[in-house]
Amino acid sequence: MSIPTQAARQIPVAEIVFWLVLAAGFWLWPSYLPLASQVLIAGLFALSLDLVLGYAGIVSLGHAAYFGVGAYAAGVLASHGWGEPFSGLLLAAVCAGATGFITSFLVVRGKDLTRLMVTTGIGLLLFELANRLTDVTGGNDGLLGMEMRPLLGTFRFDMYGKVAYGYSLAVTFVLFLLMRRVVNSPFGLSLRGIRDNPGRMLALGYPVHRRLIAMYTLASVYAGIAGALLAQTTQFVGTDVLSFNRSAELMVMLIVGGTGMLYGGLVGAAVFMVAHHYLSDLNPSYWQFWLGAFLIAIVMFGRDGVLGACLRLMRAWRVRAQKAALES
Amino acid sequence: MSIALRTDGLVKQFGGLRAVNSVSLSLPQGQRHAVIGPNGAGKTSLINLLTGVLRPSAGEVYLGEERVTRLSVHQRVKRGLTRTYQINNLFPELTVLQSVLLAVCEQHGVATQLWRPLAACAAEIAAAREILRTLNLHHIEGEAVKELAYGQQRLVEIALALACKPRILLLDEPAAGVPKGESAALFAAIARLPGEVTVLLIEHDMDIVFRFAERITVLVAGAILTEGTPQEIARDAQVKQVYLGNAA
Amino acid sequence: MITSFLGVLFDGLAYGMLLFLISVGLSVTLGLMNFINLAHGAFAMLGGYVCVLALQRWGLPFYLMLPLAFLLSALAGLLLERVLYRHLYRRSHLDQVLATIGLTFMAIASANYFFGPMQQPVQVPQFLSGQISVAGVDLNLYRGFLLAAGAALTLALTLALERTRFGASVRAAVDRPRVAEALGIRVGLVFQVTFAVGCGLAGLGGALGVQVLGLDPAFPLKFIVYFLLVVAVGGTSGLKGPLYAALLLGVIDVAGKYYIPEIGAFIIYAMMVILLVLRPQGLISRK
Ligand SMILES: Nc1ncnc2c1ncn2[C@@H]1O[C@H](COP(=O)(O)OP(=O)(O)O)[C@@H](O)[C@H]1O
Ligand SMILES: [Mg+2]
Repeated sequence: MSIPTQAARQIPVAEIVFWLVLAAGFWLWPSYLPLASQVLIAGLFALSLDLVLGYAGIVSLGHAAYFGVGAYAAGVLASHGWGEPFSGLLLAAVCAGATGFITSFLVVRGKDLTRLMVTTGIGLLLFELANRLTDVTGGNDGLLGMEMRPLLGTFRFDMYGKVAYGYSLAVTFVLFLLMRRVVNSPFGLSLRGIRDNPGRMLALGYPVHRRLIAMYTLASVYAGIAGALLAQTTQFVGTDVLSFNRSAELMVMLIVGGTGMLYGGLVGAAVFMVAHHYLSDLNPSYWQFWLGAFLIAIVMFGRDGVLGACLRLMRAWRVRAQKAALES
Repeated sequence: MSIALRTDGLVKQFGGLRAVNSVSLSLPQGQRHAVIGPNGAGKTSLINLLTGVLRPSAGEVYLGEERVTRLSVHQRVKRGLTRTYQINNLFPELTVLQSVLLAVCEQHGVATQLWRPLAACAAEIAAAREILRTLNLHHIEGEAVKELAYGQQRLVEIALALACKPRILLLDEPAAGVPKGESAALFAAIARLPGEVTVLLIEHDMDIVFRFAERITVLVAGAILTEGTPQEIARDAQVKQVYLGNAA
Repeated sequence: MITSFLGVLFDGLAYGMLLFLISVGLSVTLGLMNFINLAHGAFAMLGGYVCVLALQRWGLPFYLMLPLAFLLSALAGLLLERVLYRHLYRRSHLDQVLATIGLTFMAIASANYFFGPMQQPVQVPQFLSGQISVAGVDLNLYRGFLLAAGAALTLALTLALERTRFGASVRAAVDRPRVAEALGIRVGLVFQVTFAVGCGLAGLGGALGVQVLGLDPAFPLKFIVYFLLVVAVGGTSGLKGPLYAALLLGVIDVAGKYYIPEIGAFIIYAMMVILLVLRPQGLISRK
């Protein structure tokens, strides 16, 4: 990443393997496909937060707002008789993007804590709104009666979650590639500059707020599509799509995986959700307790998450191997 | 010759302290101008007012004919006004090359491109490398700025300013913190600036000031004490007393 | 109409007083160390559970329970300051947010484990229950007590801050940390003590507030917005700002929920966003 030469253009082997393994998921974890879809969706959602937090440096505890808007947009569309999946995604992207664009003007003002509170406030506002607008959202009972039509007119959403998995994987993969392109562009570099030192970016002539607004809108589109995927693959939307907990857990996933590395969100979502799947059976309190302890540990002992730790291990191992080769 | 930068009765009040007290300056295009004055005289505050980091309590700033007092920092940069900082103000996590690329990309108008890989911005990378070479930084272009020695970071500070293609360059003690021997490259780079670039230099080293400047403004307690050619300033009894007091 | 308004005003002020007691420590932490402590509500929750234990299980009288809640919360604060917080002062805001969210999770899980997920019932002591009628308005006696206790504590805090040597050090450290350091004030020590007192006050507020705010393991997350809002609106230097902000917030929240219950919590969140947008530097207004 240090020198922008051809390196950024090549796709390393590890990345190809990563996606091939996910594609092989149909055979590798056939009985866990629904969970795997959820992981992908959470990973896509975390990718959106990575742009906001990892690249642009805005600490947000209200990102579920855009996820929720997307989920409701797709959900309402499908429950009103239009069950074609891709148009649902499109509507979700537009609605969440519009919400993100409008609220971004509030978010980009101020500094860390102000932004934290404004994003939290926006999240809570939308959550309350969904609770009140029972006609639209079904309130506490959730949005029922979503009828999804077959994907591309042929693949019916099945009870084993095969189609849902393939759908989530395809959408996540395409959006990931687009995001990969964006963060490696001059625009992506400018976001990292803003994260590091917004004041100096102004002094270089950057309209910092405008860049952040563009970034935030794009991230909201991603969050909205993730929300829509969840709605469509589970054929249900509850107010929890907008909950503070979802925002906080999203942040945890991203941090666990590692920020500013693109793959951190997907890795973190996998680690988080698989651990949750197995550990919360024991006792929900244990899960939350150790999650909290783990967060503190991450802050204390290395902030680049699981992915960062793996990369460091790999580097150390490679150096060792080179040394060994030299000595022999 | 036309006026590149002008201020009119600029005032900055910090609570009870008047850090800048009705300063009126006028820099013709291409002038090499120095502002000197004891610590706390208000030199940095003046630069902050010129660039828009601070809002003046009173007075106006003009770039050429245009009044820019109400414009924001980045809008003034767009009009060719660039500065460096007395204390390093850089991008610690980015590499040297990436930092300079930020400035170059914005200059070339490619910084909004979402789609072009940075690696494919050959013109920008070449321009950035060119600037790094003039400052002898090209061999460390891949290092993160935070890993560099302070003196090298000072050079990156200059590199960023040069990359902005300034028409008016404000240098706030550019050599502060640079080991004596290493400041040569820095001043050589400044000396190589095209003649039409207007430079305002704040500097404590009198040798450098007298060698560099065509005109010198002496700022004391926020106000202009006197202004003149280096010879006039060197002869000025008032300046000797107030500013060079102990030395003379 | 008028009487209901007076009743709402009264309840709102009592509620605001609680918010002030709990939040004042947060404001000091933020002002003194520019530290974002999202776990602040956990100390209030601790005080709440001390109250429940002391009154329900140990049968302590009300007036002994209060100092106990203060002391235990302050002690917990002191301990965590030594073990965790001091390592975070110089870290980024994101690190502070993450670590204190982690701490909040741990506190919530512990409360869940030891006390279960339900709301804790607590009996107001006999001599403080019931209503009194003042000029035709029925006022809840316990809320009156809250107002009086809050006012007394605020007065005591003000005196301590303005009349004692230690108070002077705190003010100096908040307003001019560098100068204070140069004057030989041990800012680190000042911070430890103030942090502990702030946590103690939060615990006391939590104990007093079980009746009014409710108490369950989700408490620290449920109310953190309110506490942050007090600080955001009130600023971080001095007691007056947070006090007025808390009272205002209390009245608006209670009035909102009374007169337009359909909108409920909406008002507070909307107010928060609007205020922050109007005053983006509001949180830490001093430079
Ligand atoms: N943001 C500020 N708030 C209050 N006082 C300031 C601020 N910035 C500078 N000052 C004061 O203004 C005076 C001039 O400072 P400065 O412009 O940095 O002087 P110089 O660069 O000439 O050394 C100093 O007394 C300084 O303490
Ligand atoms: Mg200065």
